[in-house]
Amino acid sequence: MAHDHDHDHDDHGSELSEMQLRVRALETVLTEKGYIDPAAIDVIIEAYETKVGPHIGARVVAKAWSDPAFKRALLEDGSKAVQTLGLLNRVGDHLIAVENTPKLHNMIVCTLCSCYPWEVLGLPPVWYKSAPYRSRAVNDPRGVLGDFGVKLPAGTDIRVWDSTAETRFIVLPMRPAGAEGWSEERLAALVTRDSMIGTGLAKQPSEAA
Amino acid sequence: MDGIHDMGGMHGFGKVEPEPNEPVFHSDWEGRTLAINRAMGYTGVWTIDQTRAGIEQLPPDVYLTSSYYKKWELRLEKLVVALGLAGADELAKGHALRPGKALTRKLVAAEVPNTLTRGSFARPAKAPARFKPGDRVRTKNIHPATHTRLPRYARDKVGIVEALRGCHVFPDVAALGKGEDPQWLYTVLFDGRELWGDSAEPSLKVSIEAFEPYLEPA
Repeated sequence: MAHDHDHDHDDHGSELSEMQLRVRALETVLTEKGYIDPAAIDVIIEAYETKVGPHIGARVVAKAWSDPAFKRALLEDGSKAVQTLGLLNRVGDHLIAVENTPKLHNMIVCTLCSCYPWEVLGLPPVWYKSAPYRSRAVNDPRGVLGDFGVKLPAGTDIRVWDSTAETRFIVLPMRPAGAEGWSEERLAALVTRDSMIGTGLAKQPSEAA
Repeated sequence: MDGIHDMGGMHGFGKVEPEPNEPVFHSDWEGRTLAINRAMGYTGVWTIDQTRAGIEQLPPDVYLTSSYYKKWELRLEKLVVALGLAGADELAKGHALRPGKALTRKLVAAEVPNTLTRGSFARPAKAPARFKPGDRVRTKNIHPATHTRLPRYARDKVGIVEALRGCHVFPDVAALGKGEDPQWLYTVLFDGRELWGDSAEPSLKVSIEAFEPYLEPA
């Protein structure tokens, strides 16, 4: 993740964008002022590009599908239960897991900004932070699911959680049929990011790569 | 504030458009903006609520037409200038023209793994919780010009306390840089019909995380 702060043009000879210039100016000033260390900036970027992501949440879900005692613990205290898996250095407080059932489908949104369970899902996708999702999730969740190509059975009610505080939510999607006896690792491959936000369902075993 | 950021229930923004195989960052500057934000937050010069308020105070047209990380970048520029950490002249020049302030701490690379965990917002309570699960509550009809986490669509609505989440830093005060003023936090559940009237999807339920000062008995 080396970043050359002193070169004034990119390697393709095109001009730097306005945002590249602004961010470079900001980083340079804050570095020269002694407030930030560019080496730390590099490590943060690398962590979000390569280490923290929805694969962590997928392991949590796969464990809950496989181990009833863990599932109970997860629904009781998400932070504490996820901590026991050792997937993360340390899990932040107030992580709340909510369970999908044939009768109830949970969906997570932050209408006011972009609150999202970074530690278990990584950084939120653009659509999660976008005006269409933030505006419609709370009053047209079935329509939003349609945008994702998801149609719930008529008998499934929808519950939307607006993340308006420092509590963070992860959806425990339903385990698909046909994956009996699968290892946690194979099960984790069925768990999509969107299924843990509530805008998708877990993959069917036939869809697994 | 009753700003453009408070989008719950608004019409007209169109379809949600997921991007297949979306990259973590779409340009290098996005990652650097996120990381600069994290590193500056680490120094303790501002609270997360001050940063949220900073975004909300962007002009509505700028808010709607700027990408997510562009909003972060504009907010960062605004905050460092507002708090006297750097001058607008320095940002324009792209170099420091004066020495920096002495800050409490600085994020170094080796410490980064420890900062990937969110800090805890739980705080000791000053008084017992006023409500308990099962209580009917009405959200207040408040319209502060400053930061609040009670969305417009959920004001002056009757709901049921579903859970008590502990006592937390109160964003409405923390955003002003006036301390933490911890308050009890509840999950409050509303019927879709209470929020959206007859146009609500049948059986829809929506919850918000509501701080005790937002609530009164119903």
